[in-house]
Amino acid sequence: MAEIVLQVSDLCKSFGGVLATDHLDLGVERGSIHAVIGPNGAGKTTLINQLSGLLTSDGGKIQFNRNDITKLSAPIRAKMGLARTFQITSVFGEFTALENVSLAVQAHDGHSFKLWHDARRDKALTGPALEALTIVGLEKRQSIKASLMSHGERRQLEIAMALATKPKMLLLDEPMAGMGPEESNRMVSILSELKGTVTILLIEHDMGAVFSLADKITVLVYGGEIATGTPDQIRANPEVRSAYLGDEDFES
Amino acid sequence: MGNRAQILIVGTIFLGLALVPLFAELTQTPFYLDLARRMMILAIGALSLNLIMGYGGLISFGHAAYIGIGAYTVGICAEHELVSGFIQWPLAILVSGVFAIIFGLISLRTRGVYFIMITLALAQMMYFLGVSLDRYGGDDGLPLIERSNFGALVDISNNVTLYFIVLGALVLSLFFCKRLINSRFGMVLQGTRSNETRMKTIGFPTLRYQLTAFVIAGMMAGFAGALLANHTDFINPDMMHWTRSGDLIIMVLLGGMGSLAGPVVGALAFILLEELLSGVTEYWQLIFGPFLILVVLFARGGLLGFFADKEQRDG
Ligand SMILES: Nc1ncnc2c1ncn2[C@@H]1O[C@H](COP(=O)(O)OP(=O)(O)O)[C@@H](O)[C@H]1O
Ligand SMILES: [Mg+2]
Repeated sequence: MAEIVLQVSDLCKSFGGVLATDHLDLGVERGSIHAVIGPNGAGKTTLINQLSGLLTSDGGKIQFNRNDITKLSAPIRAKMGLARTFQITSVFGEFTALENVSLAVQAHDGHSFKLWHDARRDKALTGPALEALTIVGLEKRQSIKASLMSHGERRQLEIAMALATKPKMLLLDEPMAGMGPEESNRMVSILSELKGTVTILLIEHDMGAVFSLADKITVLVYGGEIATGTPDQIRANPEVRSAYLGDEDFES
Repeated sequence: MGNRAQILIVGTIFLGLALVPLFAELTQTPFYLDLARRMMILAIGALSLNLIMGYGGLISFGHAAYIGIGAYTVGICAEHELVSGFIQWPLAILVSGVFAIIFGLISLRTRGVYFIMITLALAQMMYFLGVSLDRYGGDDGLPLIERSNFGALVDISNNVTLYFIVLGALVLSLFFCKRLINSRFGMVLQGTRSNETRMKTIGFPTLRYQLTAFVIAGMMAGFAGALLANHTDFINPDMMHWTRSGDLIIMVLLGGMGSLAGPVVGALAFILLEELLSGVTEYWQLIFGPFLILVVLFARGGLLGFFADKEQRDG
């Protein structure tokens, strides 16, 4: 059996009376794409916030590469190689694409108290940044301000920023949200290119994408896991069918 | 600076400033020398505020406190017959920096309106501390008996010499800010202003960078304070009053927040308008207020951005 990179045990989070994460157990294997699906409000974004350190958990444990990271801050987790993207695109609008990614490179290379030298001419930043932009196909758009890019491009830019931190694992919160079919296809091919080189926890509503990309799928309802398995197992699971998936989703 | 119009405007301003002593000499109007010198010192203060306000997104309503701390450091040193500028000025910067570390650690726990209120409260505390320092003039202020002494190097008791020292200091400050803003550190500062959560999730512990910027800004303001003490030959608590901090914010807004040279233009315009309008009417703020609102509403990049016809982020 493959090695577990991320192990979540008995994880809990509630907002007032709402249980957003309900005693969740989850193990993600190295190099795999593990999808988490579930209806709106199931607690998927909350889970990613807990994993990336933006939300503290009420209980349970998160282990990343066998280290207990439950109590670590978001920047420390990022430095350990846990990168994420946001459901609502989160890039630096007034920076160019290259500057956005350069900043992510800089976060990883650890030298940010340089107060004198021009960061935009720093090859140690722009070199790797351009590589990451090339992976997502944005190299020709490097000097465009992020706020002027299309929605799809900004989602790709976000992936490039996450990749530029040289992550061991990516947490992607609905990377195809709001995309047209063409942009979605492009994102699917980006993710399948990445498959194997980096472990991915993928949250996505586009079932076509999920079933074609994922090695494993976990179905979440009201913060709790109702099933985990291969795409075929999930497709055949009657509980999943009734609880969440409309039949038409299976045809895609 | 990326924008030609901006370079032109700023270049013209500096050329004009360099010619002020000659003009004052020829027309026998030392008043203009005094006015331009004050403008430049406040411009350094506004530049320093812009580092945290314009590029860091941290609106400090207590920045005049550091000018006061710098000025008092010089005044108190002189009072104890420590007149060497080589000691006074670095000490002024250092003491301001220490206060900025402490105040920064307290105020940076909050954001937004709370940050504004805490910086304001801490600065008012310094104002009242100044008022209560009876040994150093208290309410009445502290005359600087002798200007900072730089031995054989330069004699700033000469008003024109002090003028050129201030001009040089302003040029250096501007250059320093330019390097800082475009450095790796500057990128982190601007990224944090734009989206702090995103910065944290790509691996930046944002607080330490904001605190560093806060301290650098405080030290720069402290330096402006050391100059101001020598400029007025007098230090008083009013330098730290919250309205002085408000003036600095207005200078930054007026000139163009987050543009490199904006605060210089803002400080110059502010002092000039104050001087002109207060000559017309005692209630000059009645005219100045609406003018400021117009600038903020219709010239998003401030005066510099407006005249340079294009908003500049990185100067
Ligand atoms: N910051 C918050 N405060 C209060 N309730 C929240 C907060 N974030 C999420 N919730 C609630 O937690 C539940 C899970 O939300 P979320 O994780 O965003 O779901 P999903 O991403 O699966 O659509 C929802 O009922 C939502 O209303
Ligand atoms: Mg969500």
